[in-house]
Amino acid sequence: MSVLLKVRNLSRHYGTRVGCEDVSFDLHPGELLCIVGESGSGKSTLLNTVAAQLAPTSGSVSYRQRDGQWLSVNALSEADRRRLAREEWGFVTQNPRDGLRLNVSAGANVAERLMALGMRNYSQLRGIARSWLERVEIDPERIDDAPTGFSGGMQQRLQIARTLVTQPRLVFMDEPTAGLDVSVQARILDLLRRLVNELGLAAVMVTHDLAVARLLAARTIVMQRGRVVETGLTDQILDDPQHPYTQLLVSSVLTT
Amino acid sequence: MTYNFAFLDEDTKRMLRRSLLKAVAIPGYQVPFGSREMPLPYGWGTGGIQVTAALLGPDDVLKVIDQGADDTTNAVNIRRFFARVAGVATTERTVDATLIQTRHRIPETSLREDQILVFQVPEPEPLRTLEPREAETRTLHALADYGLMHVKLYEDIAQYGHIATSYDYPVRVDGRFLTSPSPIPKFDNPKLHQSPALMLFGAGREKRLYAIPPYTQVESLAFDDHPFEIQHWEHQCELCGSGESYLDEVIVDDRGTRMFVCSDTDFCGQRRAEAQA
Amino acid sequence: MTAALMLELRDLSKSFELHHQHGARLNVLRGLDLRLHAGECVVLSGASGAGKSTLLRVIYANYRPSLGAVHVRHDGRWLDLAKATPHEVLDVRRRTLGYVSQFLRVIPRVPALDIVAEPLLQAGASPQLARQRASEMLHRLNVPERLWSLPPGTFSGGEQQRVNIARGLIVPRPILLLDEPTASLDATNRAVVAELLTEARAAGSAVLGIFHDEDMRDQVATRLFPMQALEAA
Repeated sequence: MSVLLKVRNLSRHYGTRVGCEDVSFDLHPGELLCIVGESGSGKSTLLNTVAAQLAPTSGSVSYRQRDGQWLSVNALSEADRRRLAREEWGFVTQNPRDGLRLNVSAGANVAERLMALGMRNYSQLRGIARSWLERVEIDPERIDDAPTGFSGGMQQRLQIARTLVTQPRLVFMDEPTAGLDVSVQARILDLLRRLVNELGLAAVMVTHDLAVARLLAARTIVMQRGRVVETGLTDQILDDPQHPYTQLLVSSVLTT
Repeated sequence: MTYNFAFLDEDTKRMLRRSLLKAVAIPGYQVPFGSREMPLPYGWGTGGIQVTAALLGPDDVLKVIDQGADDTTNAVNIRRFFARVAGVATTERTVDATLIQTRHRIPETSLREDQILVFQVPEPEPLRTLEPREAETRTLHALADYGLMHVKLYEDIAQYGHIATSYDYPVRVDGRFLTSPSPIPKFDNPKLHQSPALMLFGAGREKRLYAIPPYTQVESLAFDDHPFEIQHWEHQCELCGSGESYLDEVIVDDRGTRMFVCSDTDFCGQRRAEAQA
Repeated sequence: MTAALMLELRDLSKSFELHHQHGARLNVLRGLDLRLHAGECVVLSGASGAGKSTLLRVIYANYRPSLGAVHVRHDGRWLDLAKATPHEVLDVRRRTLGYVSQFLRVIPRVPALDIVAEPLLQAGASPQLARQRASEMLHRLNVPERLWSLPPGTFSGGEQQRVNIARGLIVPRPILLLDEPTASLDATNRAVVAELLTEARAAGSAVLGIFHDEDMRDQVATRLFPMQALEAA
């Protein structure tokens, strides 16, 4: 099973302030990697830098495309970056309003990426949109409604549908359930778990919630103050934490 | 006061011609230009007038139409303006013109290779209503990233059952740039495709020029199962009997009696003249 | 013909360093050697605190060994889990090494049938086949059918344990680790588990388990591996 994404010594600074520093990891197809850490740990900076939304200060990100060719992500032109984001990658933002077109119907939101890839049959687009709405547990009758009238959880599920409809090879997710009610969160996490399995997605997910990491990720990276303090199997990190900070994090989690 | 030939100074004409050459070299691409202050406000055709002024030579024959008619106030004023500042011959007959300036219509009469059609354009950016940021639309054009326009068409079909745009219908020029054909009715869109005449577009307020060179492929956007369709009327022109031209609906009295007549006054007049002969 | 060696532990040690308790150090395993062959059922015996659960978890790579090797026969080759990459460990867990933990980890909203079917789905079986085998397992373990479509969060301890066992055994694996799989079960169901393990062994699996119940041990064990708690350092 060959590697899909190679991150080597990746650093991103904001002037003298360290966003993330010297991070390296590999990602394989079908693997979900969680980046956990508290506020200010650099996890979002790391995600955005890997996803080419921020330019790295040093280090490299390499991605193996569908045709097997390796791409140096940080050396991409804007055109190629956008094409990659459109054709092979997906990004689920924390706030669904940042990842949706709010003034356009739910169906158009789901169909957009398909149209951007060249699909030109209206009935087919609509059919796919409907089935994806069902898949993310949104009533397909709401296909022509604008998402401004949706609840936060529904908007997030719509964003997930919009992103995954093109079956991207690599998905980035930035705290996709933060700020949502617990029951809503459970629903979305269950959905993500099923979809990741069904579609065989590779994903990098940022979360501050260790339970989310345990539920979804086979591997986890723990960050503190911009640096990786521990990395490995999720269950090993959570059940047998080695680093003092990881031990602190794990012991701080409240249980019901 | 005497004006330079066709009102604009030679340097300005040179600037315009350079921009026009660039526009012709990149079909459908919006070229920024230094739009000048003209003796009529923005929104009244200053873009079209600047293009015409840059192109006119003493042997040209100019026709000016507004919504297909030679006799509206605007068409008359612009034609008289050029007659005065360029001394060129003017005409109402499409077949006699070498340069035709138009607002919102393409003449029914087929154009020839030796003719130029100059369009007045209010908003050159076809994506403007969907994406208000200029920096972003420029990037989308550079990347040929036109998914957004298809989103709009999808929404139309979802909401109205068909694509609701009836004028200023977006086209893809030479398989590359998404272009606004100006607010011509979609009825006229097929005339853009493989036209023998050169077609130039000027937007004075927005300071953009673009071109569709002769014999260029121009495709109106659509879905495979909702193909592009032009308007059809059940009526024929009441004056000349044409069943193929774009018809205007005219109210003729206070009781709301209506009449359908050709929007292209020259076309209609020619047909009537031939019928009487 | 001697049965194939499937698992070998060499000089295995495990200590926990508790950084937030003044660096206290907990020594649980020291210098352990163990060999496990196909068809065997080795039962770890010893009092509470002897480190039996810890040993299973170290083998499964749920805990990181402090010293020593965990050699596993995977794909016809030997792999030391103590030094393997996470990617390799995941592959071993997927195909070679199964683990039935002491308690079911409850995932909200997922029905019991799907929880049991999941490992088979991930192994590539069709959803229909996976569900069918899952229902066979649950049926065999006497989990009432009315519970199959419910998430196990509200099940009794015994019911949860049986779901856990079904999930752990649905995909035959060359090596099986079991941590008190029958603690909450009645005699009938303990017998079912014993049967399942016998079948697994007959199919060539090597089993390493912890069973508190003496009867159960007598039924399933081919060998005992006694363990003793270490003195605190």
